[in-house]
Amino acid sequence: MRELSTVDRKILAKLQGDFPICERPYAEAAEQLGISEEELLQRIEQLLADKVLTRFGPMFQIEEMGGAFVLAALAAPEERYEEVAALVNALPAVAHNYRREHALNMWFVLATETKAGIAEAIARIERDTGLPVYAFPKEREFFVEMKLEARL
Amino acid sequence: MIDRKIDDVDRSLIVATQGGLPLVPQPYHAIAEQLGLSADEVMQRLRAMLESGIIRRIGAVPNHYAIGWTANGMTVWDVADELVDELGARIGALDFVTHCYRRPRALPAWPYNLFAMVHGASRAECSAKAEEIGVLLGDACRGSDILYSTKILKKTGLRLAR
Repeated sequence: MRELSTVDRKILAKLQGDFPICERPYAEAAEQLGISEEELLQRIEQLLADKVLTRFGPMFQIEEMGGAFVLAALAAPEERYEEVAALVNALPAVAHNYRREHALNMWFVLATETKAGIAEAIARIERDTGLPVYAFPKEREFFVEMKLEARL
Repeated sequence: MIDRKIDDVDRSLIVATQGGLPLVPQPYHAIAEQLGLSADEVMQRLRAMLESGIIRRIGAVPNHYAIGWTANGMTVWDVADELVDELGARIGALDFVTHCYRRPRALPAWPYNLFAMVHGASRAECSAKAEEIGVLLGDACRGSDILYSTKILKKTGLRLAR
């Protein structure tokens, strides 16, 4: 794991949201961090290259645009794990996929532009892998706020 | 398509930015140029999507492993149906829970109806947090588990087709 400088940490602490929408947003954000626009751009580029950041930009909430977002899982036999992961990941509708320790050992999030897209994606994964997919659509959301600060 | 809350221009903006903003001094101008729009329209539409919740937020999306949160546990609970909403709201209010949802059970394979995500620098830290949740749920909880992730297989976020 790569070391993070004080400035990198500050970027992570202050810039997980509220990036401005204006003519020179990097300049405005940089000023609040006490660095130059050029330095901020370079640092973000480096953090992305080092995979400390997976992305820098808007995070969309697909349900608000009429689409759907559903957690699903399957039990992949160990000897087929990589093959199944490749088949699942090949679908653009799969936004995230995690290996977890459980009989249901592959947990992924489907994000589709229409609600009907979820059933299609599940049917496709079941057909491609030959494995049953368990869907866990949210029935109620109590809290979502994924902003974790660097703790290295 | 009924119930569509975005138009084609919004959609093209989502497609243009879902992989990230351009790393240039004037990113919104760069997007505008790419899409044949004015920079003002791009900024106005992004502001409107932020306001309506279509954009949750704009900024850095970290890889949690790389910033020290190396353990992540999906804690799952089988909570009595008549109490799950009230208790779910209290679990969601705990400062260390990053996501909390009620979801359907899939019996017999999956008896759990409440999901709460916890993060830590170690599994011990996650399990201590899970214990706190367990205390809060008390007798309303009939069973639980923690599913630790051992590998990120994919993390691209939303990808609409171009």
